[in-house]
Parts: sequence; structure tokens; C-alpha cells
Amino acid sequence: MQMTNDNETWEPKIIAFCCNWCSYSGADLAGTNRLNYPANVKIIRVPCSCRINPMFILRAFQRGADGVIICGCHPGDCHYMTGNYHTRRRMTLLFSMLDYLGIEKERTRVEWVSAAEGQRFVDVMNDFVGQITKLGRCRRLEDLRCRTN
Amino acid sequence: MQDELKKRACELLADGTVNRVLGWSAGDFFYDITPTVFESAEDINKNFVYNDFCGANLSKYLIAESQKEGKIAVFLKPCDTYSFNQLMTEHRLKRENIYAVGIPCDGKVSAETLHDAGIHGILAVKKDGDDLVCDTVYGEKRMAFDVAQDERCRSCKSRKHVVYDELIGEEGEVLDSHRFDEVEKLEAMTPEERFNFWQGELSRCIRCNACRNVCPACNCELCVFDNPKSGVFSKAASNDFEDANFHIIRAFHVAGRCTDCGECSRVCPEHIPLHLLNRKFIKDIDTLYGDYQAGEKEGQMSPLSAFTEDRDAEPSIVQKGGIR
Amino acid sequence: MITRISADRLPELLKQISELEKLYIPVDKSDKVSVFEEYEPGKVMSTKLNTLRSAKDFFFPQVQPMAKFRMEGKKIEVIDPRTEAEDYCIFGVRACDVRSFDVLDRVFLADPVDTYYENRRKHATVVSFACSEPSETCFCHSFGIDAARPAGDARMWMTEDTIYLEGISGKGKALLEKLDLAALSAVTDEKAERDVQEEVRRVHEIQKKMPLYSLTPADNREKELEIFHSPIWKELSDKCLGCGSCTFVCPTCQCFDIEDFDGGHGVERYRCWDSCMYKDFTMMAAGTPRKTQLERFRQRFMHKLVYYPIRNEGMYSCVGCGRCLRRCPIHMNIVKVMKAMEEDAQCETKN
Repeated sequence: MQMTNDNETWEPKIIAFCCNWCSYSGADLAGTNRLNYPANVKIIRVPCSCRINPMFILRAFQRGADGVIICGCHPGDCHYMTGNYHTRRRMTLLFSMLDYLGIEKERTRVEWVSAAEGQRFVDVMNDFVGQITKLGRCRRLEDLRCRTN
Repeated sequence: MQDELKKRACELLADGTVNRVLGWSAGDFFYDITPTVFESAEDINKNFVYNDFCGANLSKYLIAESQKEGKIAVFLKPCDTYSFNQLMTEHRLKRENIYAVGIPCDGKVSAETLHDAGIHGILAVKKDGDDLVCDTVYGEKRMAFDVAQDERCRSCKSRKHVVYDELIGEEGEVLDSHRFDEVEKLEAMTPEERFNFWQGELSRCIRCNACRNVCPACNCELCVFDNPKSGVFSKAASNDFEDANFHIIRAFHVAGRCTDCGECSRVCPEHIPLHLLNRKFIKDIDTLYGDYQAGEKEGQMSPLSAFTEDRDAEPSIVQKGGIR
Repeated sequence: MITRISADRLPELLKQISELEKLYIPVDKSDKVSVFEEYEPGKVMSTKLNTLRSAKDFFFPQVQPMAKFRMEGKKIEVIDPRTEAEDYCIFGVRACDVRSFDVLDRVFLADPVDTYYENRRKHATVVSFACSEPSETCFCHSFGIDAARPAGDARMWMTEDTIYLEGISGKGKALLEKLDLAALSAVTDEKAERDVQEEVRRVHEIQKKMPLYSLTPADNREKELEIFHSPIWKELSDKCLGCGSCTFVCPTCQCFDIEDFDGGHGVERYRCWDSCMYKDFTMMAAGTPRKTQLERFRQRFMHKLVYYPIRNEGMYSCVGCGRCLRRCPIHMNIVKVMKAMEEDAQCETKN
């Protein structure tokens, strides 16, 4: 039941946390170049990928997200020097913990996308949306009170 | 052992080394142990207790006690010394106000374990070889000490005191524990099985906050879950998400600082195996960033505050069943 | 009138009741965990002394939805989630928990009546279960509760080979009458009465050997202020961790908070258990009225042992189930408080 789609109209909801200095500009670049990426991806801009509190990710799942992706600068390129090194450690541990609790590891991802990589941003999003579509709805951390219907 | 500790406590008070002693006392039973501050030799002789049921970790009490006037003596079991070091690292203790006495521990027992095994009407308990002999209203009942011990003691990680001003008894060793066996068992399950396991355990949570309040690593002035402005403030988990959220976030907040003292699982009134969450983080940290034991040395850098530029694994290393 | 049935017919008895109305029984989930669950054929009734949580959950659950607000544009729709409860039976409640219902009734059913509670309460038939092997943590005796002859709508005794059933209230008797007892080869005779008398006597003898047998709560109704200002509170509360385990496992604790959850499309208002041991208990704009753990700790025990009896003809708001004795992380429990109060009172009289 957890793994299947309820109906044919179901579309995955993806939350992407994007670093202001790189990935967010990368998404912007994709837009100005008229590159297509699925509308299922809702971007939330953060000042740095290490601003992301584990609670943000859990709350996204609570409110009905089916997958969460975090995009930051390539290691070594952080605007604040070391932010993404911390992200790397934290998210590795958090994703491992979520998997341990039964939230499949395929639902969470970290990707490094620079401001110049508009095409890469699009590729990453296409791939991630495809992966989540295959997995189906995420019910395991969903809060029924947040359902629209 | 109890008499030796009593004697030493009285001496420390008498020679003015300290003006208070932090130890344990019991009530009507020998197992209802309460951490207690003693101020006089008379009080110590009458009420001080040290037995197989003194599981409570005294380190956290030092946060408040060391801020008070004068020096306090404290009795620390090996695992308590790890918490002590960790609190020192976090600058939560006034070291000059503490006189730490390391004491030996052969594993502790919770009376709950005896009750759960159907041993009721307990009047007295004594050790007989490898057995715990309970004198009950319903006759004599025996239980192997190995079985009666708390889980954390069965998989004891260390009998070594990592910090003390004075040691009573002999110094122990860091042990080769099997504390990750249970974690590995869970990792071998399918995501669905793991989810069902945790759902079954965590949905019993009554949000009494005993795990948080007893935890030496949980020493925030205002917990995020008590802060109405945090957006996750709640007094009861009104659905399964909030149960899971509370425990994931708590485990994450203490990751890299948890010394695996096991107090959380000991105090949980619903018997949720909370240590399995903390141990998962410890195991992953050990695998990815090298063996790390929180509280082993004062002033250690937590693996979650540190990083390497080129050697850290990418998050994609997480595979089905965790990090291999 | 007591009816006896062979103990191995218990599953059939439960099945019969479950065919009449929804049935809840205590079930062992593991050797450490026993909880009340809806009966299904195959489920075995736990004979443990106490469930982890108390039976107050049935009437006063940890979380109780109160109202829903759905917003569409500028319109707000208020939805009342209440529906009339079905009749149901709680089977196997111990004497202490049965008394706790009386304690809660005096709070929730007094004017103004709490309709959420009343709805669940009036549809329940409570079949109690006499204790055959009390533990040293049990002290229901101190509050005048007979563990061997519990109250409730009907009661049950269980010995090694026999179950004894007796209806008490109209509701309980009616339930027993509806059962097809003949199919269970039940016998109602003098022997059943005699056996039960013998069982009750046996349990009373055991209770006399328990360390807390002599524990008797003092009548503190005249000494409210004296106790309030007593120095015992500082010493007792000093080591309290300020967690809520005692409150939440307690069958008589009845404090709650009302919270709103905003799900983005509407708001759900619910009430949930709250603990007077928490520092944000009754938090208001100006702060909380009890700023220290001493005040909070004192409040809990004053309420149980002094304030409640003052307002309820001497009835204590503790039933001696022993859950807090077993579950408090530092074993700072109500028995220690009662003893300290008693010692303090003795010192006072001497002086």
C-alpha cells in the first residue's frame, strides 16, 4: 500500500532546498536558457546548504512531500568557506537515520550544482523526479492533517 | 563497597575537601534509588546507598550543583565519567567545584526487569554466584545476573574511568562490546520491516520527556520542543509523525555528543529502545569518520563540528540498510 | 450471585462478549509491554498486574480532537468531530484503575460536565479483574481499595483452573445475563461463593506481608497551609528531573492543555495531557505561576493528598497502583512524599 500510487493523476511533490549562491542561480540559469525541468519541484531558497535544519526535511515529509533534494555549492566553493562541508556530514548521517527508520534512502538526495550548471540542475531534477515517481507516494512520515482533501 | 564509599565520603566532608557529597539514597525498598546530596556524616551513615540498583548517572546533576557555593564530591561509575568529560567539553561544569571519585561497577539492574519477569512482592535481593536471588512474598526466585542487568550493562563499552580525582577500586578496561549487534539486525531488514518496527515502538511514546530530561547531552536551557516559537512545540504527539519527529531530532541533536550511557532507555516508562537510535549515529560516525567515543577525552572535537575537505564521504554513500 | 467457569473457556467467554459489543482487553505485546487493545479471536488476555498506561486512556485519551476549522477564502467552517460513542466493554481492569474512574468522574462529570469524557464514560461497561498476586509496589490498600474484591460494573476472579464472575451494577448484570453461560458450562452455586471467599482471604493474607501494608495516608485537610510551607518540599523536589512520566502513567492525573495544529488548509484543535511538572504548564503571557521545580513538585502532591481530599470529602487522588513507584527515573515517588509528610507532622507535634 505504501509503495503504490492511489490514482493515475498522482504527481510527486518534490521539495528542493537550493543554496542562494550556486544552485538557486543554477536554476535561474536553466530558466533563462529555457531549459525544461518538471514543475513538481518546488524550490526553497536558503542562504547556504548548511542552513538546512534536519527539521526542515522532516517537515517537508510531514506536509506531503514525496522526496527532498538539497542542492549546494561544490565542496570547496562555499560562499561561506565551509558551510557545505558541514552539510555533507550532517545529511549523510541524517539520510542514513531516515533509511534506518524506514524512509527509503532514494527519497532524499544531496547534489552539488554551481551557478554555471543550468543544464546539470535540469538533469538532476529530471532524474530525481523520475526516481520518486517510480517509488510512489511517501506516506511514512505524512501527517494526515496536512492533506488538502 | 557501600561501606567503603560511606567512609570515604565522611572523610572528604571531615577534612574539608568538600562541603557536600552527591550519591544515592533509597526509600522503602532497596531498589528505589534517588540521587541525593548529603551534607553531613550523620546523613551519609544513615542514608547513603550503593548497590546493584544505583543505575542513575549523577553527571547531569553537576550542571546545577557545581554552580553552587563550595566543592561537591561525586561518585562516578565508569560510564558516568564519559558523560562528565562530555559536559566538561561543553563547558557546562565548574570543574574547580567538583571532586570526582571513580567507583567500580559490575553492571546495574532495574527493578522493572525483575517485575517484568514476573517476580513480584520482592523483599530483598542478593547475589549468589552468577545469580540474583530475590526473596519474595511468594518464595525465593532466581534470575541470572546476566539476564537481569540493563541492556546497556550487558553490552558495556568500558569499565575504564576516563576522568577522576581519586579512584576507589581497580581501574578497568575499555571492553570489546557487542553494542551494535541490534543495530545491524535492524539494518538487515527491509525498509518496510524497519518502518513497522519503529512505528510500533515510537507510537507508544507518551512524550513524558523523561529521556530528554535525564540525558546528560540534553542540557539546553530551552529545548526546541518546549519553545512555542520553534514551530514544533507540542506537549503531546497528536499523531505518529510527531512521535518520530521528536525522537529523530533528539537523536540528531545529541549525535556526536551522546556517550551511549543508556539512561534514555533505562528511564523510558514505555520501554522504547531509544538507545538504538543513538547507537545508529555512533555506528555511522565510527564507520565514516573514524572511531569516536564521545567523552573519552575532555575537549574533543565532535565529528559533527569537524570535517575534512577531501576525505569525507558523499551522502550518496547511504545504501539500503545504511552505511556499509 | 457468583458464576464459575473453567479457566480454559476464557477465550470463548471473551468471544461471546465481543459479539455483543466492542471489547477491550489487556494484551502482552512483549514481556515488558502490556496494553489495552481491541479483542480479536486469538488474542490472549494479559494476567500482568498493570498495563503500562493506565485505563484512564479510555475516557481521557492522551490526545482528543475537539474541533476542526476549515478555511475557504474568508469563510471559516467549524466542524464538530464528536459522535455518540458505541457501547463497549473494558475487560480486566484492576481494582486501582477502577477506583481512578471515580476520581476522574468527580472532576469531569461535575458541573460543567465534560461532554467528551461523558460520552466515552457512559457507554463503557467495566469488568474488573481481582488481583491474585499483588506486588510490593501496590498500596491500593492504603486508600481503602480491596484488590481482591474490585468495584466496577462486574468483576472477575481467576484462579489456576477457574474463572468466577459476578455482576455488580445494573449494566454489569445485564451484560452477564446476555451471555450464553450454559454454552460455557458455567455453574452458579454455593461453591463459587465459598471459593471466592477463600481466594479473597488468601490475597488479603499476602497483602499483610507487603512492606507498604502499614502505609496510611494522614488526613491533611486541616493542615493545608502548614504542609504547603513545610521544608520537606525543598529536599524532595531537589532531585526531580521535571519530566512527566509520573503524571502520564498516573491513572488519576487529569491536567490537560488545548493546542491548535495548523495543517495549512485548516486548523485542528485538540486537547492533550499536560503535566504540572513541566515548566511551561499553564504558561500565560505574563509567564507561569510556578517558577521553580519546588513549586511544581509541591503542586502535584498537594493536589493528590491535600487539595483533592479537601474538595471531595477526604477522598485521595491517588489509588496506589504503584506505576509511579516503578517508572519514576529517580524513584522520587508519592510513597516517599507521604512518608516525609508524616515524619514532618510528627516533628511538629513533638515541638
